[in-house]
Amino acid sequence: MARRARALALAALVAALLGPAHAPAAAPKTDLVDVEDEVMCVTCKVPLNIAEGPQPDSQRALIRDLIAQGRTKAQIKQALVGEYGPDVLALPDDEGFGVTAYAIPLVLGALVIAGLALLVPRWRRRPATGMTSAGGRDRDGADVSAADARRLDEDLARYDG
Amino acid sequence: MKRALVPAIATVLALSLVGLLAYGLVSRSVDDSIEQSVARGEFPPAPSSTLPVLGGTGTQSIAGLRGKVVVLNFWASWCKPCEAEAPLLERTHKALQSSGTGTVLGVTHHDSTPASMKFARDNGISFPSLRDVGTKLADRYGTNNIPETFVIDRSGRIVDVFRGQIDQRFIDRALAKVR
Repeated sequence: MARRARALALAALVAALLGPAHAPAAAPKTDLVDVEDEVMCVTCKVPLNIAEGPQPDSQRALIRDLIAQGRTKAQIKQALVGEYGPDVLALPDDEGFGVTAYAIPLVLGALVIAGLALLVPRWRRRPATGMTSAGGRDRDGADVSAADARRLDEDLARYDG
Repeated sequence: MKRALVPAIATVLALSLVGLLAYGLVSRSVDDSIEQSVARGEFPPAPSSTLPVLGGTGTQSIAGLRGKVVVLNFWASWCKPCEAEAPLLERTHKALQSSGTGTVLGVTHHDSTPASMKFARDNGISFPSLRDVGTKLADRYGTNNIPETFVIDRSGRIVDVFRGQIDQRFIDRALAKVR
C-alpha cells in the first residue's frame, strides 16, 4: 500500500515537472501567410511572402516563434518593428524618395479634380443634340417628326405613370 | 494656346517622373566615401550613435570608446561569412583586451535579438555587440553588404575598412596603423 502511494506520488511529481514543458503552446491567433504579405524583407526590400534567402528566412523564423507564443498579427508587426525598425512594415518611407509614394497619388488626384473642374462646366454648356417635342434629330442624327416626338412623350408618360 | 496646354502638362509630368526615377537610382547607389577617404589617407571621423547593447540593458556608443582602438564589425546571424570570420574577431578582441589597447565592437545588422544572441553563444563571441535597429548607424558607414569591418584609432578616426569577410592579413595591416 505504502509502495503504491510512493509510486503515485512519484508519478504525480514527474507529471508536475514535465507538465509545463509538454504543455501545448498558446493557441495561434494568426498564421505566417497572413503576416508575410504585410511585412517587408528588410534586406531585399520586397514583400516577405516573395522574398528568398537566409535573411528573410530568419525573419520568417521569428514570425513563427511569435505566432507560437499566441501573439496577434498586430502584436507581431509591433515586435518586428522593435527588431528591424519601421522599414519592416509594408509601407513606404515617410522621408527621402519614399515620400513620392504618398505625393504622386495626391498630385495625380489633384490633377484629376482640376481637370474635372475645367471640363465638366464646358461639357454641361455644350448645346443639346437630342430630340425635342418640337421635332429635330435624335442622338443618331435620324429625323424625328413633331408627331412622333409627341407620341413618344405620351408613351413615356404612360410608362412612367 | 489651349491645345498646347495638355501636351505641355503631359511633358512636364513625364519629365518629373523621369527625374524622380533618376533621383531614386542615385539615392540608392553604394556609398564608398569612407573607402575613398581612407585610400587618400584622410582618415574620416567614425560616425557614432548610442545604441542598445545586445543581451544587456544599457547602451553604448563608439564615441564612448575614444582613447581605445575599436575594431567595428557589422554582422548578422544569417550571414555565413560572419560566422566564418567570428573566430578571428574573437581572437583579435582577446588580444586587444589583454594588451589594454582596445576592443572589437560588433553591430548587428537586420537581425533579431534572439537570433543574434544564439549566434553569439554558438560562436563563442565574448566581444560586446550593439543592436542597430533600422540600420541608422550602418547607413552612416555605407554598410549594405555584411560583414563589414572598420578599424578606428584612439582619436576616433577610421584608419582602415574592409567590406566582406576579413582575414588575419587585414587585421595585421589595420592594427599596424594604430600602434
